[in-house]
Amino acid sequence: MIRVENLTKTFGEFTAVKDITFEVDSGEVFAFLGPNGAGKTTTIKMLTTLLRPTAGRIHLDGFDPWVKQREARQCFGIVFQDPSLDGEQTAYENMELHGILYHVPHKVRVERIEQLLKLFELWERRKDLVKTFSGGMKRRLEIARGFLHTPKILFLDEPTLGLDPQSRNQLWTHVKGLNERENTTVFLTTHYMDEADRVAHRIAVMDHGAIVAIGTSAELKAKTNTDSLENAFLALTGSSLRDEGANSTDAMRRFAQMWQKR
Amino acid sequence: MGAIYIMWLRELKRYFRSKAQIIVSLGQPTLYLLALGFGFGPVFAKAGAGNYIQFIAPGVIGMTVLFSSIFSGMAMLWDRQFGFLKETLVAPVPRIQIIFGRTLGGATVASLQGLLMLIVCLIAGFRPLHQNGAGHNWLALPAAGIFIGMIALVFAALGSSIGSTIKDMQGFQMLMNFLVMPLFFLSGALFPLKNLGRVLTWITHLDPLAYGIDGLRGVLIGNWQFSFNWQFNFMLDLCILAALAAIFLGTSAWLFSRIEV
Ligand SMILES: Nc1ncnc2c1ncn2[C@@H]1O[C@H](COP(=O)(O)OP(=O)(O)OP(=O)(O)O)[C@@H](O)[C@H]1O
Ligand SMILES: [Mg+2]
Repeated sequence: MIRVENLTKTFGEFTAVKDITFEVDSGEVFAFLGPNGAGKTTTIKMLTTLLRPTAGRIHLDGFDPWVKQREARQCFGIVFQDPSLDGEQTAYENMELHGILYHVPHKVRVERIEQLLKLFELWERRKDLVKTFSGGMKRRLEIARGFLHTPKILFLDEPTLGLDPQSRNQLWTHVKGLNERENTTVFLTTHYMDEADRVAHRIAVMDHGAIVAIGTSAELKAKTNTDSLENAFLALTGSSLRDEGANSTDAMRRFAQMWQKR
Repeated sequence: MGAIYIMWLRELKRYFRSKAQIIVSLGQPTLYLLALGFGFGPVFAKAGAGNYIQFIAPGVIGMTVLFSSIFSGMAMLWDRQFGFLKETLVAPVPRIQIIFGRTLGGATVASLQGLLMLIVCLIAGFRPLHQNGAGHNWLALPAAGIFIGMIALVFAALGSSIGSTIKDMQGFQMLMNFLVMPLFFLSGALFPLKNLGRVLTWITHLDPLAYGIDGLRGVLIGNWQFSFNWQFNFMLDLCILAALAAIFLGTSAWLFSRIEV
């Protein structure tokens, strides 16, 4: 479903993604793990036509996103790491706009918006402006929106960022459910190892722009001789903090993460 | 087509939802109209130049449309900031439809603002006049509507081009000071563009808004009262505005299609 060959992205002197190659099968849940600044978001941006790769090849459902842009865009949905909702419109209008941009026929659109908003417990608030929503509600709306046009591939870039444990748990239950019911291929990134362990069929660990290991959770543990995915991750990426090329937000997140881990 | 419509609709919804904003953005042009219109009126009349309210009304209508349309395009900066831009960038529709929808929406909103300002002017005592001075000419209003729409389109498209390019508030401030204000002051909105000297005249001829104001003033008050009103002519003004609209629309489409985030 996704095929990536020798993908590279450089920003000036700095190489954010170094010659990575991997494949994701249809219906698979694939997790991309890596320390801050590893290049996960940059990879997703290249996969989703937002950044032009410096080198390498991408196939999404058989389409090269830079050649068959529209076909490629139609086949995926994406939840970005940063918010991407229109705060000045209501939840329903955000869904409706998405449905129209993705050519979802009117009847299907109405049905599916209702179904998804109910699933993510936003139906009661559908007529409220999104700017009045809490962070968690916004996140749920973005994920519901990502599913609206029944994408073949769903990209989730840290979808649980800022969610409470209940919401995180519920979110993965829904994602897993939709993955099974609609056979959606899911490509996700997260910093919570337990989430990756729970939902992902296969995991790739990225560090300094390169993929350092790829396999099932069990395979990664076996390979590193560790008993948890967290320890396998640390064994693969080392326990030093990353700071090259980082901006202040990155630094702050890293700082927060450091304290959580101790 | 759906994409153009939904992006156009979005601009209209934002407009009608911020009623306070509608009033506030009419405040500044109204201030110009009243303060300058009544303040400079006597001086203007003494100089034998006629009624200054009549002269400045088309100017402040053009000003309203200029600011409203150019800001609608630059509002893309906010969409970039709040992230909504990305949602439209990955949508499976040609980006040209997205940007056209936005621009048309911005132009529609600016035209509505211009029409509201026209009403404010009428309330303040402004009257559309015939070319030969034979009484009031209410048929001038539809013709004024055409110019309002053209000015709105030109600057909404220019705003969209700028919005596709600048990424931060500094850029926005710079453009405000070095582009938008000069466009306004050199347009002839506040003073006649006659006898300005060769260099300044030449510069005013490069100001797209000058053609819009000229056309607006031409159709609204004719040329009988002020010999300097009708500097260019109806068809020339319209053609230049149409050509500029086409150029700016093309530019915005090109710039928008190249955005990477
Ligand atoms: N537009 C850009 N210009 C320059 N450098 C960039 C740009 N975008 C990303 N980078 C750099 O590329 C590297 C990878 O960034 P990326 O956002 O892909 O990391 P990530 O793996 O998603 O990290 P995180 O877990 O913090 O989200 C970082 O060092 C970042 O500073
Ligand atoms: Mg990231």
